[in-house]
Amino acid sequence: MAIKRSPGEKIFDVLNVIFLAIASLLVVIPVVHVIAGSFSSTQALIQNKVFLLPVDFNLDNYQLVIQNKTFWNTFKNSVLLVIVGTAINMVMTLVTAYPLSKSYLRGRKFLILAFVFTMIFHAPLIPTYILIRNLGMLDTFWALVVPPAIGMFNLILCITFFRSLPEELFEAARVDGMSEYRILWQIAVPISMPIIVTLLLFYAVNHWNSYFNALIYITNRKLYPLQLYLYHLLAEANAIDNYRGVTTVDLDTSPQGLQLATIVVATLPIVIIYPFLQKHFIKGAMLGSLKE
Amino acid sequence: MDRVTPMPAKPEKKSGPAGFLKFVARNRALYIMLIPGLAYLIIFKYIPLAGSVIAFQDFNIFKGVWHSPWAGFKWFEQFFTYPQLRRLLLNTIIISFYQILFAFPAPILLALLLNELRSMIFKRTVQTIVYLPHFFSWTIVFGFTYMLLSVQTGLLNGLIESLGFERINFLQKAEYFRTIIVGTGIWKETGWSAIIFLAALAGISPTLYEAAKIDGANRFRQLWHITLPGIMPAVVIMLLLKIGNILDLGAEQIYMFLNELTYKTGDVLDTYTYRIGILGGQYSLTTAIGLFKSVVGFLLMVIANRLSKKITGEGLY
Repeated sequence: MAIKRSPGEKIFDVLNVIFLAIASLLVVIPVVHVIAGSFSSTQALIQNKVFLLPVDFNLDNYQLVIQNKTFWNTFKNSVLLVIVGTAINMVMTLVTAYPLSKSYLRGRKFLILAFVFTMIFHAPLIPTYILIRNLGMLDTFWALVVPPAIGMFNLILCITFFRSLPEELFEAARVDGMSEYRILWQIAVPISMPIIVTLLLFYAVNHWNSYFNALIYITNRKLYPLQLYLYHLLAEANAIDNYRGVTTVDLDTSPQGLQLATIVVATLPIVIIYPFLQKHFIKGAMLGSLKE
Repeated sequence: MDRVTPMPAKPEKKSGPAGFLKFVARNRALYIMLIPGLAYLIIFKYIPLAGSVIAFQDFNIFKGVWHSPWAGFKWFEQFFTYPQLRRLLLNTIIISFYQILFAFPAPILLALLLNELRSMIFKRTVQTIVYLPHFFSWTIVFGFTYMLLSVQTGLLNGLIESLGFERINFLQKAEYFRTIIVGTGIWKETGWSAIIFLAALAGISPTLYEAAKIDGANRFRQLWHITLPGIMPAVVIMLLLKIGNILDLGAEQIYMFLNELTYKTGDVLDTYTYRIGILGGQYSLTTAIGLFKSVVGFLLMVIANRLSKKITGEGLY
């Protein structure tokens, strides 16, 4: 089908492409700049010589990151946080969503409302903090994985998905004498892989990326997750920035290159799984737009 | 639907508590399965909600909720009368307002523009790029911002200096704080937020456009009469959600960017709650603030939803 385009439309199309190309560049440039900086010498960084390509290419910054025991300890903590946290999230979400997806379950509406209500009426931070404290979870790994055990939004996504599954399938299994637990793990879960992968990624990325919970609940440096380490690293850098140039503190040992290399290494896991993320998150984001 | 055998899960509906108990007994596996989730809900969501009573007490952590003396509305009065506390509310509302004004329309515009692209390869490339920042943590995004705006080594300051101007300490000046928050928010989330609008756009029936073309409508008229009404439901819903969260700015972002020099414009309810509540131990005051936030958020959501239903016919529930 040949589409006739008026001159005005042609101009619009060209401008549109240019605009979106610029927008994409604005997203890419800060990222490339940081990557380029991480491979540059400290001297080049301080003298503002680095733009999109490394200057005095070297791997010193990465060598420093690799030797940095604190960094690897927080990295390890974050990996553990993602694995244990996401496992708890998935079990809790699936086990709760499955019964709530049964349209014949008595009390279902009330129960779902009880969950949804906490989404629109949040419990304030301080009573939650006091609870965690009273439970003895303060300054423990558990404070990071137990309180966020169920993401309410994810729970709704999961319930909605389960409801779309044919109930006949489950009934047949019940007739065969299968228990509800086995039905969930052996029938519902295998045919719900799209939503499970989506939730898995939602939860995992969230655990990897957040620092504020750790800021609240963790004071023991040995338990710091990576993002909290980054928070302190960057907040400090920002504070020092104010005084740099005023005092002539030894600029040569400026840790800026190290900061950049740390940022790059900390982002690497996200970038590696990004192709999966993009595919499954989009499904999740679209599922989220469905109203119940 | 025809059923060959009567299923145990679908008993004849009996009203009254006896019928209910019978149903629970028959489907106890499902209810047992719910126990961990309900326990979690009660312990980590409803107990803290009940614990909010400390907003009406002179709470003392050693005495606990049961033995702390009552204080009435003292903390709420303080919140509304102390200028320093009023500032927090004002900062929160102003930043939220800027977000609605600038950050909210951005993904709608992006989705509309992406939708007009003819080259699928270019479209997919742009999407891949603009979705990416959503997956970066706020610490990382701050790192990028710092590299751009730092007074000594920032890219932008290098440019400013080479043009012959004075370097500007963007990250330590109160007057730039809100712009930076809204700007980095747009940078991080616009692409991602566009997905919902792209989904709405994809849901518009192509026959509508064909009919419009036959009637001689140009692309602008099509946009006005078909596209915009088509995505209106999605726009209204997203706006309602944002309005309900007007007092929730996400400490994750703001706290990363905040420092003593930017408190004047950037200290918001959430960051103050952390500093004064958790670090400073003023539990009652900050709980009052938190409770106020929750009540206002809830009311705004309900009111906005009702208004929207009246005006546009769209609502969250």
